[in-house]
Amino acid sequence: MSRVAGYGRVDRSRTITITVDGTPYTGHPGDTVASVLLAHGARPQTTSVKYGRPRGITSSWTEDPTGLIQVEEPFPEPMLLAATVEATDGLVVRGVNGQGRLAEVPDTARYDRRHHHCDVLVVGAGPAGLLAARTAARAGQSVVLVDDRPAAGGTLTGTETIDGAPSLAFVTDVVAELAASPTVTHLQRTTAFGHFDDGFVLALERRGEAARTRQRVHRIRAGRVVVAAGAIERPIVFEDNDRPGIMLASAARDLLHRHGVRAGREVVVFTSDDAAYAAAVDLADAGASVRVLDARERAPQAWRRRCDERGIPVETGTLVHGTRGDGRLTAAVVGPERREVPCDLLLVSGGWNPTAHLVSHVGGSLAHDAAIGAFRPATPLPEGITAVGAANGTFALADVLREAGGPDAPVAPAQEWPEPTLVLWHTPGEASRQFVDIARDATVADVARAVGAGMTHPEHVKRYTTIGTAHDQGKTSGILALGILAELTGRPVQDVGTTTFRPPYTPVAFAALAGRERGDLFDPVRTTALHGWHVAAGAQFEDIGQWKRARYYPQAGEDMTAAVLRECAAVRTSVGIMDASTLGKIDVRGPDAPVLLDRLYTNMMSSLKVGRVRYGVMCGNDGMVFDDGTVLRLAEDRFLVTTTTGNAAHVLDWMEEWLQTEWPELRVRLTSVTEQWSIAAVAGPRSRDVIGAVFPDVDVSGDAFGFMTWQDTTLDGVPVRLARISFSGELAYEVTVSSWYATAVWARLVEAGQPHGITPYGTETMHVLRAEKGYPIIGQDTDGTVSPHDLGMGWAVSKKKDDFVGKRSYARAENRNPLRKQLVSLLPTDAATKLPEGSQIVRFCDDGALPPAPVPMLGHVTSSYHSAELARPFALALVKGGRERLGEVVHVPVGDELVAARTGESVLVDPEGARRDG
Amino acid sequence: MADRMADRTLTPVHPLADRWARLAAVEDGTAGALRLELEAPVAAVDLRVDPRGTGPDAVAAAVGGPLPSAPDTWTAHPTGIAVRLGPDEWLLTSTTADPEEWEFHVDETAAAHGGMAVDVSAQRTSVRVLGAAARDLLAFGCALDLRPAAFPRGRCAQTLLGQAAVLLVAHAVDDLQIVVRSSFAGYVADWLVDAAADSRS
Repeated sequence: MSRVAGYGRVDRSRTITITVDGTPYTGHPGDTVASVLLAHGARPQTTSVKYGRPRGITSSWTEDPTGLIQVEEPFPEPMLLAATVEATDGLVVRGVNGQGRLAEVPDTARYDRRHHHCDVLVVGAGPAGLLAARTAARAGQSVVLVDDRPAAGGTLTGTETIDGAPSLAFVTDVVAELAASPTVTHLQRTTAFGHFDDGFVLALERRGEAARTRQRVHRIRAGRVVVAAGAIERPIVFEDNDRPGIMLASAARDLLHRHGVRAGREVVVFTSDDAAYAAAVDLADAGASVRVLDARERAPQAWRRRCDERGIPVETGTLVHGTRGDGRLTAAVVGPERREVPCDLLLVSGGWNPTAHLVSHVGGSLAHDAAIGAFRPATPLPEGITAVGAANGTFALADVLREAGGPDAPVAPAQEWPEPTLVLWHTPGEASRQFVDIARDATVADVARAVGAGMTHPEHVKRYTTIGTAHDQGKTSGILALGILAELTGRPVQDVGTTTFRPPYTPVAFAALAGRERGDLFDPVRTTALHGWHVAAGAQFEDIGQWKRARYYPQAGEDMTAAVLRECAAVRTSVGIMDASTLGKIDVRGPDAPVLLDRLYTNMMSSLKVGRVRYGVMCGNDGMVFDDGTVLRLAEDRFLVTTTTGNAAHVLDWMEEWLQTEWPELRVRLTSVTEQWSIAAVAGPRSRDVIGAVFPDVDVSGDAFGFMTWQDTTLDGVPVRLARISFSGELAYEVTVSSWYATAVWARLVEAGQPHGITPYGTETMHVLRAEKGYPIIGQDTDGTVSPHDLGMGWAVSKKKDDFVGKRSYARAENRNPLRKQLVSLLPTDAATKLPEGSQIVRFCDDGALPPAPVPMLGHVTSSYHSAELARPFALALVKGGRERLGEVVHVPVGDELVAARTGESVLVDPEGARRDG
Repeated sequence: MADRMADRTLTPVHPLADRWARLAAVEDGTAGALRLELEAPVAAVDLRVDPRGTGPDAVAAAVGGPLPSAPDTWTAHPTGIAVRLGPDEWLLTSTTADPEEWEFHVDETAAAHGGMAVDVSAQRTSVRVLGAAARDLLAFGCALDLRPAAFPRGRCAQTLLGQAAVLLVAHAVDDLQIVVRSSFAGYVADWLVDAAADSRS
């Protein structure tokens, strides 16, 4: 055990047990998987993705390029970091060998999202972020403060003093002040992972297994964004620098002060920067044997004195060239003489890189600052963004406080006699064993190979070598790659440029992004006023756009085929009732309403008389059908237009677009009334009896109430509109009523239909009945390349109108091509096979076998059903030159068989239309 | 008008009648911080009239209260509210008129000024979100700034709640009305119940 008494902020009064690679380990609340393992001198059994080399824990937070684990319990999650997964009792994980594994069980946890609006968003609750948040809050601004660690304080270890007191007391005070402010929202365990235009930041909150929602995405819209995200220590590359036991100096210090874990007993600190001395001193104080190798010719004098006091040897001008060990580190190989210095922990520090990702996300560039040996946000920053503290390249605590805290900033002692950082990308050695991106197994040799292949831009080198594309997104390796690229191409690093950081800063689970939008809330479910009735009647539903429509109503023992045959027979022989409320409905009003409709429908609407109904076809500019429906003329200046269910919003947008952008002079207004009116379609030879019984005031005789006319009436004082519209070819009525009364009117109709065995029918039956009549479904029998003429509906294209949308396209030669695909019926000659929809159609093959490919296709099956009326299956199809082929037998490959089918007129039932009047 | 209502024996059904109990249960354990209520159906018309002409004033006189002219605002009149939906479009409700009466009444006035009114009483329905936590709940599904200072009484917004288009009407700090197309009402109610539990956690 390397848990050190008196260190760390874990709760040692409680013990938890986690299982890693099958071995149980004890730890304490406040631990991470990494700190538990290191406390036991262990590491996850993890190997690298390409070479299968052992991997340890390289850092103590999200920048760790190694230390990948797979969580197994409580819920399988791949590719997480031992350094960031909080240790909780019962947690089961294992090391990842190269790649993780997705869960094979459903995730039962909840995820959600919340929107925020604030004056200031502060990212990072280290000393800089805390002060920025406090300053804004004291000025009365609304503040959101997010920080990715479990507790505020950033890299403060507690050894520092602020205003003469221990630094963590300062943290506690500021956190308390923020908590007391009603305008501050302070979220820990929350990673700002993406920054977008206009102060929009996405942050992921990890709420833990005990919370109702495991993770929450915060969508924060801020007037100003303060990036106080700190900095990440930069490693130095040397031979075999991927061996377990090699770690960032800051990580060892973090583990000691946060978790009370001493990550090694015999420690070598290899540095070109002052900060690593703090790790050396702290680890020595915690009982480790420590040696410092400083790449610089001069050691910082104050730190050297502290090392001397502790008996820490400091060698200057000394480089680590490599390491020794099998599985884990046993020695550092030092100097050109390759002297072996025994150690079980090698700490590395090459300076610090500001964490400026959130600046880069919104187009802020990074500039190399020779004074700190690192890239920092270039001024001016994008509008509305400030970077403070280490994220801005201000590393010393005293400077950070001054920069972030303004005039009433607290003070910290200045660093005595600092030495400038030496920028050192790598030490001499064998390039193929010098790992630049340990996560990707990419070495200095790989960068050299990229340069050798002619690449000089970092974006090219990144893609060629894959450096910076792993789970850590190159938090430690990205800048190293730039430096090494600069060296190999003989340019100063500031001339090489940087790659662009892109969201997400850390990986985000898809489940978190999906949030509440799963299961029943995946997509809005639209229902009609009659939905409850359909459910009670045992309907099976289908999705039409976002609508749930009753598809069929199976009775005991019935499958869909049996139910639909029964429903079809009922409509053809007696009476059925269907909910047609999902049809789009648009109230078109104004003196120029007839003009607008004449321009948008292919047929003439202005000639429609009040009280009458006309079927209409709408085409796009290309003359191809995109919607159809009925038009009721309610008054000289008022029409009610219906659209197909799935296309309602599109048709309204289409009409509004023409009206608003092309013909604003027309005095017409469009109002969607889709939900205002519910429609019950009552169809079948007995429908007249049902309508007559429910609406005794209405003369339902054929003479008084003709086909394609409508009449208004009332039912117990409630206005009702009746229209003789048929989508089945049978005598039929549409009963339209305010949706408030839909259930009540439907009940009356069903009750009145009982003597005739009125049968509720669904969309499947509707489809069969209309197909028997050759009525196309736009979007099923058409695909955007089908004109009204192709559908055999040339009669619906006015020859009298000067113009309408699509008219000019009919003059195109292609539109007159006799080989265009045309809608026909197909009757399988065996009278038994139901052709699968979508089947291809080919010429009849005399020998019953398909000729060698390519086989010319004549068309495809668009609709196919069993017909109760015809007592056989039938289909509709789009066939090249179909009108010329009527009566011809074609072949339809179905599986390995060729099914013969005869083409015919698209109307198969009651072609003379005798039934529509009952 | 009242006589005509009394004549009716057909029973109107609220689009959320089947979800009333679930919505009501949201209040449990919130100590009054959150309450979801169904609004009784009201007569409503979609009014279209040229804002530069005399129409708006004529309609205002007819309904007894001004039409709001600023974007995203609403006003109250003696029997309902007027919500500005667009430069020349308002939603005008009445809790006392019946739908056909209301359409006729407003349309008659508007028509004299080149405008028109269309009955949309059954097109939409309303849920009232009440209590100190009301705005917090909506923040789980609406991207707009709904803090009281940005969205005070008198403001309205056509926006998304979850994935449904809604009209939000601010009545008070702790009182917001969600107006939604009837077909989406079930989704919105389910969304509210689902999110309410998370918003309190």
